[in-house]
Amino acid sequence: MSKKTLFEKIWAAHVVAAETADTPAILYVDLHLVHEVTSPQAFTELRERGLQLRRPDRMLATLDHSTPTLPAGADGERPYANAEAKAQVAQLESNCREFGVELHGWDSADRGIVHVIGPELGATQPGMTIVCGDSHTSTHGAFGALAFGIGTTEVGHVMASQCLLQRKPKTFAIHVDGQLPQGVGAKDLILHIIGHIGVDGGTGYVLEYRGDAISALSMDERMTVCNMSIEAGARAGLIAPDETTFAWLKGRPHAPQSAAWDTAVERWRALPSDPDAQYDREVHIDASQVQPTVTYGTHPGMAIAMNAPVPAATNAQERRAQDYMHSRPGQPMRGTPVDVVFVGSCTNSRLSDLREAAQILRGRRVADGVRMLVVPGSEAVRRDAEREGLHEVFVSAGAEWRVPGCSMCIAMNGDLAQPGQLVVSTSNRNFEGRQGKGARTVLASPATAAASAVAGHIADPRDYSQAHNAQEQAA
Amino acid sequence: MKPITRIHSRTAVLRDENIDTDRIIPARFLTTTTRAGLGKHAFQDWRYLPDGGDNPAFPLNQPEARGCAILVAGRNFGCGSSREHAPWALLDYGIQAVLCSEIADIFRSNALKNGLLTIVVAEAEHRWLLNHPGVELSIDVREQYVALPDGGRIHFQLEPFARHCLLNGVDQLGYLLQHAAAIDTYEQRNKMEQAA
Repeated sequence: MSKKTLFEKIWAAHVVAAETADTPAILYVDLHLVHEVTSPQAFTELRERGLQLRRPDRMLATLDHSTPTLPAGADGERPYANAEAKAQVAQLESNCREFGVELHGWDSADRGIVHVIGPELGATQPGMTIVCGDSHTSTHGAFGALAFGIGTTEVGHVMASQCLLQRKPKTFAIHVDGQLPQGVGAKDLILHIIGHIGVDGGTGYVLEYRGDAISALSMDERMTVCNMSIEAGARAGLIAPDETTFAWLKGRPHAPQSAAWDTAVERWRALPSDPDAQYDREVHIDASQVQPTVTYGTHPGMAIAMNAPVPAATNAQERRAQDYMHSRPGQPMRGTPVDVVFVGSCTNSRLSDLREAAQILRGRRVADGVRMLVVPGSEAVRRDAEREGLHEVFVSAGAEWRVPGCSMCIAMNGDLAQPGQLVVSTSNRNFEGRQGKGARTVLASPATAAASAVAGHIADPRDYSQAHNAQEQAA
Repeated sequence: MKPITRIHSRTAVLRDENIDTDRIIPARFLTTTTRAGLGKHAFQDWRYLPDGGDNPAFPLNQPEARGCAILVAGRNFGCGSSREHAPWALLDYGIQAVLCSEIADIFRSNALKNGLLTIVVAEAEHRWLLNHPGVELSIDVREQYVALPDGGRIHFQLEPFARHCLLNGVDQLGYLLQHAAAIDTYEQRNKMEQAA
């Protein structure tokens, strides 16, 4: 039998009809995640055509993109950015009622960013196919699930047929060998990888992150890595499921229970790529060379170690990007003055991310003139963080502690930066205007974001670590 | 969807590489619950000045670019989010085809499902098209070539099923639903395997 990759095993298990020269494969979808922005037109089409949802039991909906992150006022009114945002949320609520979809809405203790709550609830499981009208669906690949973003027309296809028409993508192994240095994390690693392979280096491929440095990552860190696969152009990124995955999932509400759990784990153990399985493309990354990494341009491929000089622009596009960012060739990004710091998004809003930021902020203050927003990824993250007192660390440092949502990552809910402001952001996209018209985004880890908030300029988190403090005190 | 066999137009050119979906349609316009009317916001923050007037530096605002249905764009057009609002906005604006040396996966898939033609050409041809804005092109979907004014042809390949759907106005959901029996069989088989 031929050697198969993790991707090929999942693909083969979900083919309803094989692809031919003339027709794509019909691929079965195990889990369909839904939010308010990319679903309304699909529900409308279903209604107009008199169609039903084929498998509402395989759908999970939440409110995250258009939702305010400030709490409801005394009158119970939520401070929506505008009437359209409010109407869009109301429409998902009524669509879910009408079509019988499980919605984690305002009254749910589990509401949150769709890519945070899927895993939290145990709905995301190894070997699954998972889709959502959202490009960061790649996040769920951290569990060894084939997960990718789709458009609204395809959302309608899945609603009505539980299937998608798909051509088989190619495979791309990213081997991350060795060990990440102390004080360097998953966000630094994925920015480094995208900087290496390029913003379109993964186009047409499904990525598989492999190697010692990947196996050593926690589930939260694996989600950060897979989340940004799309920023290299790859619709999906995968990490083989292992004991770390199983331990994380066990006991979660949607995960298999008791005897079914054991059967499932047995099945999941067969998923990792066979030794000597062939990939269409491979690269090797040396983890020990990764440094605290940030972006200096207007796409995530323009990433560099914060202490390294920004390269000279080689074409008109790069010049435009550097002009927009006011980044200076030959100078490092470290030291750049900061106006806003955002900790949140489906990339970095889980408990460990908040702990990472809090560790640096504890006993410190956000610099004068800097606005810092901390937005937990879900109600569960918010509860856990508050139980640990992290919110008090943020608030006493002068940061704003908000209600869960996508917030300033996509800036469509009213949380946004002003023209010209520089935002150090733990999110995933530094496109022009992404965080507000004219706003300049520097992508970074939660540790870098927190250190930069304290310093008032882009700062190396290793200078703010507890170990570093102890060293300074001893000296 | 109505069949599309041929597109004839002068080209408009956006030379920038990596034009992302946020530039095509900024996120603040995604609160809509319909597909219609997004054309007026296409390239919003590039196209308009802060006072709402047309930005003369935006290439598609040039008089000779007005009314062009074929857009030649820099490499990796449509990167970023899965928002189908991007092709909806372009179509509503009047663009019927995007020519590029590389087009982002999700954007391409969304575009073709809405009848926005995405055509990938080789780098040398791409460079020529970028350097010749306003050239009169005729795109033949059936024969898969772009006819140049001098009689030359640039051949391209569309995914065969997408091409079939464009030419015949095929409704892809209808096609999927014809396979209901195969989907039933798949679900039955899977249920038994999971229980085993």
